[in-house]
Amino acid sequence: MRPLKATRAPVIHRSKPLEGPDADFASGERHETEPKLRLGGVKLFGRKSQRFDPAPSRLSYRLQRWMLTPGIRRGLKYGLPILAICAATGLYFSAEDRRVAVVAYVNDIKTSIQQRPEFMVNLMAIDGAGPNLSEDIREVVPLDFPISSWDLDAEQIRDTITGLDPVKSATVRIRPGGILQVDVVERQPVVVWRTRSGTELLDETGAHVERVASRKDHATLPLIAGKGADEHVAEALQLLTTARSLGARVRGLVRIGERRWDLVLDRGQRIMLPTDRPVRALERVLAVNEVQDLLERDVAVVDMRLGQRPTIRMTEAASEDWWSTKTDVSSRQ
Amino acid sequence: MMTDLYQSQRAMRQMRRQAMQRGVVAILDVGSSKISCLVLRFDGTGRLSEDNSIGSLAGQTGFRVIGAATTRSRGVQFGEVTAMQETERAIRTALQAAQKMADIRVDHVIACFSGANPRSYGLDAQVDLEGQVVSEAEVGRVLNACDVPDYGAGREVLHAQPVNFALDNRSGLIDPRGQMGQTLAVDMHMLTVDAVAIQNIVRCIKRCDLELAGIANSAYVSGISALVEDEQELGAACIDMGGGTTSVSIFMKKHMIYADCVRMGGDHVTSDISMGLGVPANVAERIKTFNGGVHATGADDRDLIDIGGDTGDWEHDRRTVSRAELIGIMRPRVEEILEEVRIRLDAAGFDHLPSQQIVLTGGGSQIMGLDGLATRILGQRVRLGRPLRVHGLPQSATGPGFSSVVGLSLFAAHPQDEWWDFEIPVDTYAARPFKRAVRWFRDNW
Repeated sequence: MRPLKATRAPVIHRSKPLEGPDADFASGERHETEPKLRLGGVKLFGRKSQRFDPAPSRLSYRLQRWMLTPGIRRGLKYGLPILAICAATGLYFSAEDRRVAVVAYVNDIKTSIQQRPEFMVNLMAIDGAGPNLSEDIREVVPLDFPISSWDLDAEQIRDTITGLDPVKSATVRIRPGGILQVDVVERQPVVVWRTRSGTELLDETGAHVERVASRKDHATLPLIAGKGADEHVAEALQLLTTARSLGARVRGLVRIGERRWDLVLDRGQRIMLPTDRPVRALERVLAVNEVQDLLERDVAVVDMRLGQRPTIRMTEAASEDWWSTKTDVSSRQ
Repeated sequence: MMTDLYQSQRAMRQMRRQAMQRGVVAILDVGSSKISCLVLRFDGTGRLSEDNSIGSLAGQTGFRVIGAATTRSRGVQFGEVTAMQETERAIRTALQAAQKMADIRVDHVIACFSGANPRSYGLDAQVDLEGQVVSEAEVGRVLNACDVPDYGAGREVLHAQPVNFALDNRSGLIDPRGQMGQTLAVDMHMLTVDAVAIQNIVRCIKRCDLELAGIANSAYVSGISALVEDEQELGAACIDMGGGTTSVSIFMKKHMIYADCVRMGGDHVTSDISMGLGVPANVAERIKTFNGGVHATGADDRDLIDIGGDTGDWEHDRRTVSRAELIGIMRPRVEEILEEVRIRLDAAGFDHLPSQQIVLTGGGSQIMGLDGLATRILGQRVRLGRPLRVHGLPQSATGPGFSSVVGLSLFAAHPQDEWWDFEIPVDTYAARPFKRAVRWFRDNW
């Protein structure tokens, strides 16, 4: 009798079944585990994937190799989407009205955020300035409150305020509570400068503070005069400090020839000071005055322009007097 | 022609270096029954373990298999390409599948094949050293001084490996560089194959848009992977029973000293079965694989195998054959192959080696009972060899049929020094004709 089933296929005992690439390898089938960014060359050309001849065609082989090239894969993974997005945006924005619409939309949102009450500035507070100056500042900074703090340029406002003559320095900031805080340091006038065109006040650096109508309004301030005097206010102040001992006799300082100072006293007396080291020369005069009461006498001018040769000009009366005395004496002899 | 070969081999070495830099290389075994392809990724040299012992992979951890594919070979007979188009398509199939698995494009390939009548030559040379110290140039000089035999037109040198250096009276040096001495002698093993076979394979690979980064004989590379280290050191023969050829390689001191191939293999066994039983080749192959053997026992007479058919004739389609008959068909052919191997080993003087270990590997070695038969024909010390285990190799590619492809990947990672790895001394080029003339004058007057 012939046995019905005589094949002796060996039973292969495996602890666990093959899986993954091993199983594909053993069975010789193509595996479709995860098609990562791959063009199935075979399918692309409309041929059946299970053919008698497993060999790929030359074209599909090349195509597959090409798709496996790292550069190409990266290009397809990143470059292509980026390109597509760029092209889509470009196409969308190529029309004028769309562009305008988008810009308008963005501006709308921007304004609505800027106009929120948290960002609004309602008033300007000015500290450290007199009423006149405050008015001036309000004039040069024309803001119509309420205004959004996004539209305020504190830097520019500060520059404008600093550009005013009486203002020495200023800080501008936006205080919580919607207040534009301006802190001003005013220039303090120290001298009155009289020129042909009028009378003005200068601070210690010679900067213009204010034009005044009359010297009498500022009687406490010393007076200087002459062209170019404003550039040497510091020197003038030094001289005036030195001449303090003369007290109320000092009328003022005159800048002569934009070069040197004359100290003018009452009774028309004048002390002509040299160009360099005028303080020193004045001290000499004051020393002589201390000892000999020089300035109490009938002296019109004390000329200190030449340091080696201080000269005195007497008043006309005094010199006549002196002459008559002299002739009297000689005639008596 | 000599320098031609030298240049082309050097170019291949250059290509291999490039592939190493890129880090990916394909390994291709063009066999007569299957074409298998591995894709290797190189990621630095492997380190030894902390306790300085050699690990289980003996430092072969510099690479990892990231893709593997195998396909039925077409157009290859006796390990040689006979139909270019078909072979190219088969190579393409294997490569595409391996690349797909590796998910990376491979541009460099290292190939091996078994046929093309390999023939071994032993060369030797001796030179007086110019200085006291053996330098790289001296090694190149002594290798170049080897008297190359006339191996015939249409043949190419596939391997030319220095296997032994001797410095004065000290022999057995592996690396003489830097040592002191007067005369340097070298023994070199040279393997030549038919040039046409190489050219065909190179052509096939070129047509797949790939660069050839090295080529090796599969007898050599399957020896590398199937023989364990002490077998390579003490002397052993590796017999790779493939589909169309059975290749033999003898190793000694970690160098191949002989290689040959028998132009018979598993395909012949299949065709015997096919003819003897009157069945198509694929049925014969299946019967051989599942039921084959070489030792008949009493039970095998009662063991009937359906051989089937598809004719529609009930009697014809229900044919059976007893396993004893099948063994009766297979055994003479296997015996013939092993006898042929025996002849080759005898010719090589294998019985003079200190250790006579024989390792059977290759797909054909999986025939049941083959080791018993081989013991009777080849000698007592026969074992079945499987390839070394490398990182990432699929489990299905760990069988003995894959020993040459695994060996080739080991070869790709750590190639042995060959003749063309050393520079030819410059003076031999130009000075040779003049020197020859002078020698002729001196000899004749």
